[in-house]
Amino acid sequence: MSSFWRQALQVAKRDLLVEGRAGEGVGIVLPFGALAVFVVPLATSGSASLLADLAAPVYWLVTLLFGMQLALRQTATETVPQRRLLVLLGLDPVARFVGRTLSAWVLLIGLQLVLIPLVVLFYEPEPVPTPALMLPALALYALGLAMLGTLAGDLTVGLRTRTALAPMLAAPLAVPLVMGASQSLISISRGEGILTWTLLLVATDLALSVAGVVTARPLEETAT
Amino acid sequence: MTDPIVQLRDIGVRFGTVPVLVAVDLTIAPGEVVGVAGPNGSGKTTLLGVVATLIRPNSGTGRVLGAALGTDDVRRVRRRIGLSGHEPAVYPDLTLAENLRFVARIAGVTVEAADRALADVGLAAAADRPAGRSSHGMQRRIDLARMLMLEPDLVLLDEAHAGLDQDAEVIIDVILERTRRRRGAALIVSHDAERLARQVDRVLRIEAGATV
Repeated sequence: MSSFWRQALQVAKRDLLVEGRAGEGVGIVLPFGALAVFVVPLATSGSASLLADLAAPVYWLVTLLFGMQLALRQTATETVPQRRLLVLLGLDPVARFVGRTLSAWVLLIGLQLVLIPLVVLFYEPEPVPTPALMLPALALYALGLAMLGTLAGDLTVGLRTRTALAPMLAAPLAVPLVMGASQSLISISRGEGILTWTLLLVATDLALSVAGVVTARPLEETAT
Repeated sequence: MTDPIVQLRDIGVRFGTVPVLVAVDLTIAPGEVVGVAGPNGSGKTTLLGVVATLIRPNSGTGRVLGAALGTDDVRRVRRRIGLSGHEPAVYPDLTLAENLRFVARIAGVTVEAADRALADVGLAAAADRPAGRSSHGMQRRIDLARMLMLEPDLVLLDEAHAGLDQDAEVIIDVILERTRRRRGAALIVSHDAERLARQVDRVLRIEAGATV
């Protein structure tokens, strides 16, 4: 394995280990995300058709909001001494970006997978003809959110206004991701092709990865 | 003639409009250990940051391990610099052993070397204890274990003696001895003048950001 991938995988492993011990995602974000899914059926008249119509919007809303929270979680924040250590170890800043994105992606996939059965259970939406077709869209959507969270987190590291600023930076850029994923689901439900929306997701992910690679070195310098 | 490990000329650093270092000169030859003393806020930690290539000077010129400060050239030599700041660089949710092993894997060193270094600093019995639930002194020892494991050519210790007991001071002695033998160099900041004088070849005094 090349040094780049060894470093990226070590960073991802460290992030997941830290998250597993601190339990911010599983202990806080996930339960509240599940609760948010449950709130709408409680607050509406309980009409089956209304809930079925709301299933997809609620799913995308909850995965976006709680997904960003997961990507920007406190356990992913590095202190200045930790950043300095990594710089002096010769950690490739791009490998660091890839590793942190990878760990956030794993957590986001987990969030999506937990929320799907809950939405199906509480909202009873119309069955999707070929649900397997949604898997690439979900993976690309999670990858985009993961990169966005990593970028926003790194851009705001050390700032007192980080908690407010990071979501403000990330939210507008998440629009094409939500659009691509949600429209893919609609198209699949109608039996239409999803190439256009998949390309939108791929293009957004590519743009974010280029931004991540290009900013990795300058951000490394400013964070130390 | 052998090139100096550190060579700073007229180095100035400002944080915003506040001057922190003013015209600092410093040369450290291979095999030399230099102490830095001075009152709080005199710029000692900033000087260490400059020598570690982590703080870019606003004025002056300098070379560290042959790389010109303020240029991308420093990336080439960073792996040869070991820094122990006054706040230990550990991940509180990882155990002491996991902290060192993570560093070893990133640096391409064997896990066995990490475990050996952990034992060398007397932490083998506490290997599975989370760093966040370990004392400050134990966390500092992890920083020192990293130095033993990676054997940097330039050792930088900030507040070297803070929170460390007599046993840990012996570890610093070992690190400095090995560094001298490798013809590396060290720069040590400490408020403990007595201990500092025992471990260094000479002391550089800084006041109000300038060498005196």
